[in-house]
Amino acid sequence: MNQERISSPEGLALLRQQLQSRRTADKPCITVCSGTGCQAYGCQAVTAAFREELEKRDLSDQVDILTTGCHGFCERGPVVVLQPQGIFYERMKLKDVAEVVEETIAKGEVIDRLLYQDPRTGEKIVHERDVPFYKLQQREILSMNGMIDPTSIEDYIAVDGYSALVKALHEMTPDEIVDAIKQSGLRGRGGAGFPTGRKWEGCRRAEGEIKYVICNADEGDPGAYMDRSVMEGNPHSVIEGMIIAAYAIGGHRRHGLEGYIYVRNEYPLAVKNAGLALETARSYGLLGEDIAGSGFNFDIQIRRGGGAFVCGESSALMQSLQGNVGEPQAKYVRSVEKGLWNQPTTLNNVETLANVPLIIRRGWEWYAGIGTEGSKGTKIFSLVGKINNTGLVEVPMGVTLREIIFDIGGGIPDSKEFKAVQTGGPSGGCLPENMLDLPVDFDELAKVGSMMGSGGMIVMDEGTCMVDIARYFLDFLKEESCGKCVPCREGIARSLEILNRICQGKGRPEDIDLLEELSETVQGFSLCALGQTAPNPVLSTLKYFRHEYEAHIFEERCPAGVCKALIEYWIDPELCTGCGACTRVCPQEAITGEKKTPHTVTRSECIKCGACYDVCRFEAITIRSAGVKAAPAVEAVEAP
Amino acid sequence: MLETATLEQILERHERDPANIIAILQDIQTEVNWLPEEDLRYVCAELEIPPSKMMALATFYRAFSLKPRGKHIVQACLGTACHVRGAVRILGAIERDLGIEGGQTDEDLQWTLETVGCLGACALGPIVVVDGEYHGQMTSAKATRVLQRIKKAEGNGSGA
Repeated sequence: MNQERISSPEGLALLRQQLQSRRTADKPCITVCSGTGCQAYGCQAVTAAFREELEKRDLSDQVDILTTGCHGFCERGPVVVLQPQGIFYERMKLKDVAEVVEETIAKGEVIDRLLYQDPRTGEKIVHERDVPFYKLQQREILSMNGMIDPTSIEDYIAVDGYSALVKALHEMTPDEIVDAIKQSGLRGRGGAGFPTGRKWEGCRRAEGEIKYVICNADEGDPGAYMDRSVMEGNPHSVIEGMIIAAYAIGGHRRHGLEGYIYVRNEYPLAVKNAGLALETARSYGLLGEDIAGSGFNFDIQIRRGGGAFVCGESSALMQSLQGNVGEPQAKYVRSVEKGLWNQPTTLNNVETLANVPLIIRRGWEWYAGIGTEGSKGTKIFSLVGKINNTGLVEVPMGVTLREIIFDIGGGIPDSKEFKAVQTGGPSGGCLPENMLDLPVDFDELAKVGSMMGSGGMIVMDEGTCMVDIARYFLDFLKEESCGKCVPCREGIARSLEILNRICQGKGRPEDIDLLEELSETVQGFSLCALGQTAPNPVLSTLKYFRHEYEAHIFEERCPAGVCKALIEYWIDPELCTGCGACTRVCPQEAITGEKKTPHTVTRSECIKCGACYDVCRFEAITIRSAGVKAAPAVEAVEAP
Repeated sequence: MLETATLEQILERHERDPANIIAILQDIQTEVNWLPEEDLRYVCAELEIPPSKMMALATFYRAFSLKPRGKHIVQACLGTACHVRGAVRILGAIERDLGIEGGQTDEDLQWTLETVGCLGACALGPIVVVDGEYHGQMTSAKATRVLQRIKKAEGNGSGA
């Protein structure tokens, strides 16, 4: 690239003007969401087909195609928005492309079939802004994802990108920035919720030969993907935040400054887009030497993680950056004083950094006006699991769980009952129905035994076994514990053994007490947050769903019909049509029966793999407690 | 073992800095799909890293494999969202079809089955990724079909 470097605030303003003048607001534009979710649905083929179709009709000059980052409504992908009207089409297929060009682009006709239908009112919704999933959110960070091509720095600049940086470097002192971030009330989005301004202040005051700014993009919580979407969809916002952070902690000083983005290896698109963003920012003079003509120098490198969950912990991440095994370290001295290579280090999460340009550009007063007393701003949640509208949801702090799950998320699919919502990943807890009116912020969730964490929100219905969920998280944590502290390494393994035997129907009456005792030890005597919070999934399920543990232990029954050893598959002769689909998929040849007559499962042969259950179209195959002959004794059956 | 020239290129790319060892190992694994012992010994000697530390690194980080991996890599997502939607059943079906368990590679080096914590495409759960291609909303029957299709395309290339 050979463009001019930006060397002054005026230079950036002029470039923005030029970029904006090249765009005409009423020129039709086909926006195709190209986040990882939509890519998995095949959006790239859809984009190619649009390109081809426009060419065929000689419309390439008159219609733009914009491939953006994640819009958030992953449930309905591939998602396409037609501008300038903002027409929202969901689940676009290749065969729909020609029709969209023919009808909507050329004639302005809306295609009813591709519209989103509100499941509650049955109403078809034309415009993206009116879809309840979006309408009820406050998308300060995510909204930009739908407006820009993440591989184009020009797109970002055109929507006011890097104006906060220029303002910070040319109009503000580092102390003023630290002060603004403190006043804004911004707290770290990675999980702990530490006030960002105080972290920066500590690092600014610290003495060192060099200071480091690290962006933690090692998002490892299963079921959480908001950081990935920001990094993929709007990498420049994170980079802008990092440069402002660097200036705040190290501006007007003699020491050196270096930045790292530590990104999860499992996120190839985020690695790619962030790398490209760094390159283009450098070539515009917005990163590297003499940033935007201010005389301030700072550069950023990308490091890929090695697939270790514990490296999301700050001291472990720094060990990994130094080329070591990622074991957390004792924090007698805080990392803002002695962090990476024993030098002052500021480590912030992706979403935290993406908030920074907004605060600088719009003022801390604006930001502090959003949210609750102790938690300011918006938070992105990844709403997943047994929920109608899976996707990324950005709401002001303090919104209730019920609003997120039922109003935005559209409730539970297949008319099942809500059972629990799990927040905070493996460090968090499961909250029951009567907690749904809880306002979501850092402090409220902690009070009831869960935590905000990085923003994963996994919804569970009646077909989820809470003992199995606790077992699932401990299984995950046992793999991911680095093994340094005995209470964490052994405590998690032993707790898992107990949970495994409970799930197998071999639980002992004293097991619940034993689990609680073990949990206390793991919590109290582990060095890092992984161990300290590892018992949360067990303790919170014991607190709110103790009856399920008791059913497993005392009645050898899994109420949700999940734990393999305690269930059996049974074919309801009333519903079975004898179609034979189940016999074809059964790996054990355990299902027998004449065609067009009800089939039966030979219990001694059945390995309970569930293949028949998945394939049956008549809901004839039911899961029930083992050993019970009558109709299902289970309360619920898991949906396929 | 990799050609010495290739190894040297990788080392140079990372400034022969022991702090960049994870990136160096990632690059080696990109070349050969796993980490052969001779290559690791070479890197140890060049960068003056003790073999014991190399072993600790290569076994600590899940991304690395000290055994050759198969031609086809199947990743079953076991993230929480996939879990509550029945990922365990899907994994079971794949294990039965390939005749290997999660984390294993078959003897003919055709298939490696890996389990991953979360791929972050939760709307599509349960998800299975085969050779980089995402397959969403899996059922055990669908997962088996995907594998069969690949086997067939290779002309009865037996998996197990």
